[in-house]
Amino acid sequence: MSAPTATVPKGPVETAKPTPSGPRSRRRRAGVQQLAGWLFSTPFLVLFAVFMALPIIATLVMSFTDFGLRNVTDPLSAEFIGLENYTKLFQDDKFLKSLFNTAYFVVVGVPLTIGAGLVIAVLLNNGIDRMRTFFRIGFYAPVVTSIVAIAVVWRFVLDPADGLIAGLATELGMTAPDFLGSETLAMPSLIVMAIWRNLGTVMVLLIAGLQAIPQDVREAARLDGAGAWHEFRLITVPLLRPTLLYATVITTIGYLNVFEEPFVMTNGGPSNSTLTVSLNMYREGFNFFHMGYASAMAYVLFVAIMGITVLQLRLLKDNTK
Amino acid sequence: MSALRLKKPAAYVLLSLGLVLMAAPFLWMALSSFKTKPELAASPPVWIPTEWTLANFRELLKLLDLPRYFLNSTIVATLVTVCNLLFCSMLGYALAKLNFAGRNKLFGLVLGALMVPGNLMLLPLFVLMSKMQLIDSYAGLVLPFAAGAFGVFLMRQFMLSVPDELLEAARLDGAGEWYIFWRIVMPLVKPALATLAILTFLQSWNNFVWPLIATNDPDKYTLPVALATFATDPNRANGSSGVLMAGSFLVVLPVLFVFAALQRHFTQGIATAGLK
Repeated sequence: MSAPTATVPKGPVETAKPTPSGPRSRRRRAGVQQLAGWLFSTPFLVLFAVFMALPIIATLVMSFTDFGLRNVTDPLSAEFIGLENYTKLFQDDKFLKSLFNTAYFVVVGVPLTIGAGLVIAVLLNNGIDRMRTFFRIGFYAPVVTSIVAIAVVWRFVLDPADGLIAGLATELGMTAPDFLGSETLAMPSLIVMAIWRNLGTVMVLLIAGLQAIPQDVREAARLDGAGAWHEFRLITVPLLRPTLLYATVITTIGYLNVFEEPFVMTNGGPSNSTLTVSLNMYREGFNFFHMGYASAMAYVLFVAIMGITVLQLRLLKDNTK
Repeated sequence: MSALRLKKPAAYVLLSLGLVLMAAPFLWMALSSFKTKPELAASPPVWIPTEWTLANFRELLKLLDLPRYFLNSTIVATLVTVCNLLFCSMLGYALAKLNFAGRNKLFGLVLGALMVPGNLMLLPLFVLMSKMQLIDSYAGLVLPFAAGAFGVFLMRQFMLSVPDELLEAARLDGAGEWYIFWRIVMPLVKPALATLAILTFLQSWNNFVWPLIATNDPDKYTLPVALATFATDPNRANGSSGVLMAGSFLVVLPVLFVFAALQRHFTQGIATAGLK
């Protein structure tokens, strides 16, 4: 990457060129680049300012107000109530429950998704040499499909009466539990579905990472008598660390925002056992129009996401050095 | 050596088992869409329909104005894609190839924007769109996604690899920056544009939360919103598993076809963003 040193070009190569550009026209060109740089940036910056920066600040401001339905047409009449929304949040059993559920989803779901993606990626990259594309398409396919459609399908896969799993169970002479109707099984069911849907992303990232590992490092290890397991643990995983880190961070951010799965499959139930922070926020904000309160939720989630991301970057990165 | 040779069949077996698990929900969906009501409810289940029927699709089309939602989704996704291709490339070009004060800060802003979860903006965005009278409009569905930070990042990374000498030569010939961007750089990064187009179109096509909030009029629903509203409606959902499966089938099928045909672009785009 070149540093932006536009104004004073030096060096024999530049001056030796028989070009018609004297120092004046060169300065003019630098000026053109200044102007062009900002003109090229304008469309993005305008959209960013209006639809991202402004709402991010507005959410924060709203979280200190009693913003309600009437304020949708008249935002400025919302009253400041200080930290009341935040103090209320942490006494709200439903919110604490949604916080716990989201944490559960992340803590169990992320390692399993990364693990599954890693196993598939290593098998695909190092274990076989034919039909790689075929397998890659198969494992990646759920990622590209509409999560709503997938959630609808999974609702019936898990249906206790005429679902896919219930059907398999009857063939084997067993009865399948009511996965989504049970307080203990509903969340694990959503996690299994999330793994199924997201391991393709992890796999693709890790395959790219694996292919960046030089072949001679592997061969050197093999010559030194390393078995498959040693090679995996001592060569593959350490060299794959930056990619693993990236995959973990984006999977965690995605899972912390989990919304569609409980929205379509369980509507947060039974007894709020799959109510996540995002779903809770959506309901408070857009069903009950407690928008100030919902904004406070959005910010708590945002701060949690930022904190966890920074923590992951620290923890996982320092080990590589 | 023999250990290495033994490894391969095991890997094939494991991967094939995994693939069966991945494909099972899709197959179940496809088969269920063509089953009759009694076979859908049969226990033990009928895996392959003995009598293939289109009744579920007919009922679905009666209950849902699917062509309308298909059109809405297509219009929104197309507009979002075109905007992203243009705006993200413009900023990507500036960040990769133009020297201007504040460039590095701007790039930091783009990287920061990548990290912000979309759910954070929903509430004020809804108020803003209501104020601008853009609820139930295509503009309301397109504008918040018209220039994604991911696209900027992707285009910048690809444009870095365009040789500077080429641009310098054009500048010496008196070409303006827009001409250089549009006539020289854009044709050189066509593969990146294709990748960005596919990823953006698909993301917009599958987008759910914002269209759910930004549309009240059923005529403006996108496919996922229509399907979700239908699937979670307590009055209709009971007993219509075949219809819902048919609906999901029609939503998923075109995407799977497009993906199978263009899969290289997907995986390359994702991997590039992850590695660079």
